[in-house]
Amino acid sequence: MFPEDPVIEVKNVVKSFKTVQAIRGIDLRIFQGQFVALLGPNGAGKTTLVEMIEGIQKPDQGEIFILGKKWRGNEDELRNVIGLSLQETRFIDKLTVRETVKLFASFFELNDTRVEEIIFVVGLEEKRKSYVVNLSSGQRQRLALGVALLNDPKILLLDEPTTGLDPNARREIWAILQGLKERSQTSLILTTHYMEEAEKLCDHIVIIDNGLILKEGTLKELVGAANQDQTENGHTMKVNNLDDLFTVLTGRYLHE
Amino acid sequence: MNRPFRYKQLIQLILAHFRQIIREPAVLFWGIIFPILMSLGLGIAFTKKADVFRDVAWIETQKAQASSQPVSVILTFLETHHAKAEKDKEGAVNYRITIPDDKLGNTTFTFRIMDWQKAMVLLKRGNLTMIIGETNGQIDYHFDPLNPDAQLIYLKLSNLFNHPSVLQRSSNASIKPLTVTGTRYVDFLVPGLIAMGVMMSIMWGVSYEIIDNRAKKLLRRMVATPMKKSHYLIALITVRLGMNFVESGLLFLFTWLAFGIKVQGSVPALLTIFMAGNFAFAGIAIFMSSHTAKTEIGNGLINLVSMPMMVLSGIFFSYHNFPEWSSSIIQKFPLTMLADGVRSVFIEGAGFAEITVPSLILAGTGIVFFVAGLKIFRWH
Repeated sequence: MFPEDPVIEVKNVVKSFKTVQAIRGIDLRIFQGQFVALLGPNGAGKTTLVEMIEGIQKPDQGEIFILGKKWRGNEDELRNVIGLSLQETRFIDKLTVRETVKLFASFFELNDTRVEEIIFVVGLEEKRKSYVVNLSSGQRQRLALGVALLNDPKILLLDEPTTGLDPNARREIWAILQGLKERSQTSLILTTHYMEEAEKLCDHIVIIDNGLILKEGTLKELVGAANQDQTENGHTMKVNNLDDLFTVLTGRYLHE
Repeated sequence: MNRPFRYKQLIQLILAHFRQIIREPAVLFWGIIFPILMSLGLGIAFTKKADVFRDVAWIETQKAQASSQPVSVILTFLETHHAKAEKDKEGAVNYRITIPDDKLGNTTFTFRIMDWQKAMVLLKRGNLTMIIGETNGQIDYHFDPLNPDAQLIYLKLSNLFNHPSVLQRSSNASIKPLTVTGTRYVDFLVPGLIAMGVMMSIMWGVSYEIIDNRAKKLLRRMVATPMKKSHYLIALITVRLGMNFVESGLLFLFTWLAFGIKVQGSVPALLTIFMAGNFAFAGIAIFMSSHTAKTEIGNGLINLVSMPMMVLSGIFFSYHNFPEWSSSIIQKFPLTMLADGVRSVFIEGAGFAEITVPSLILAGTGIVFFVAGLKIFRWH
């Protein structure tokens, strides 16, 4: 289904902060067009892994390749192919939606046509002249997603893009990402707490806890393997979805 | 692709910062209107002749004596010189007397008869600063000798009692007012306000802005793009520099119209020291904001730098009033150098010969802090 060469390759990466070992040896390969969910509770190491892929954290050990290249010496080139949306980013309050998109477009040397396209893609045409401070949280997150998509990225990193949004706003974000999946070859890494989000959007799921990958695969593969393990081990609990799977793997719930 | 200068980025960053400022009414108020109001208030207060009204507590024992027989020297003095007696709200008799002065402004004393306890309460509340009484025909003055206002009242009162002829003086001919441009308080004040405006504008506009953008992860979001980091800082400083020109220009324009303030020295020299001061504070601002992502800490750091200079650097009053040993230290503060430099051009007619050294020191200060700040700068 995917070409051989991965767009992201994480090789035996380890990362510690003072006394906390955030990542304890992770290997991961993500291919062109693949939508990958990183699932795990708070403190599992998702954000640290994404920050290392993004190039703002350096691994203590191991290597990360983006399109076959390391960050060192290739920053400018790699920043041009990555799109990013953070959970908490706040843009400049007193800039309009259009001015904000135009500001970020200038970083990629994109023209006004692309600015208008992106505003249309994220459905903020009617809010084009509204100040960021006057947008709802869902509209702000759509703006953040639009900014992340400006450069038509080969790799899109979304750190909990729908946390704190109401169901409608969440579905709007999902619709934008499903549209992206249908029409582009962008690879997505999505960190999330929401099983439904991972199930709906992603074709590959990576479950992380305590800085390690516990399981990875498609939803079908993961659920099938888990049920087989349950049967072999004499357990009666049937795994129906990612929530069940996470509980079986860790003995905890995802939101803990 | 890795070009050192990307003008489209820079223009958009400058526009973004500029829009952010002009769309925030509070910023315009504090940056433009407040300094003008301050110059107006202080300029009028220290330029126009103003009448002075002061209450003086007169201890009641004197009243008791006075009610039966006018043996009090104070009462005798007041009655002899036609002090106006009037009852206050509580029915007590107060005496009012005015010392005329066409140069310093009239001084009106109201002698309020009361007991010692009440006098102390009013003194503690700040309603008055002087209590008088008498012992064996000698007037006693009770006041805080470290309080300048009380000192002034003492001098005026003792002069009044010793030389009552001041009451009949039609003109204070011995005072020759200096009102030529450059010798008034407002001439001293305005260059100081310009220097202080530069410091405050840059410290808050650059330092706080960076810390705030770091706190809300906007910096991290921006550096995840091919944005040139230098362009972000250049844009921020450029916009502040532009705003400082506008703010200082408007302050100068207003004080020129209101008080006839003039630049007596070289305008290019003035622009040079002004630019150097901006560079100095831009460097300091980058350094102060280089690391923290907490706006509360940012507030503290900015106040740590700006407050001591604002108090000590001779913005409102000369730093030569401080102990002599401290003057040589104060003179080395960037704000002192900028204020002294701007002031020398404004009121002493200074040119490049006088401001070259301070300008170089200020610019050098800016470069040192800028480089040090960039070494430890955190973008996320």
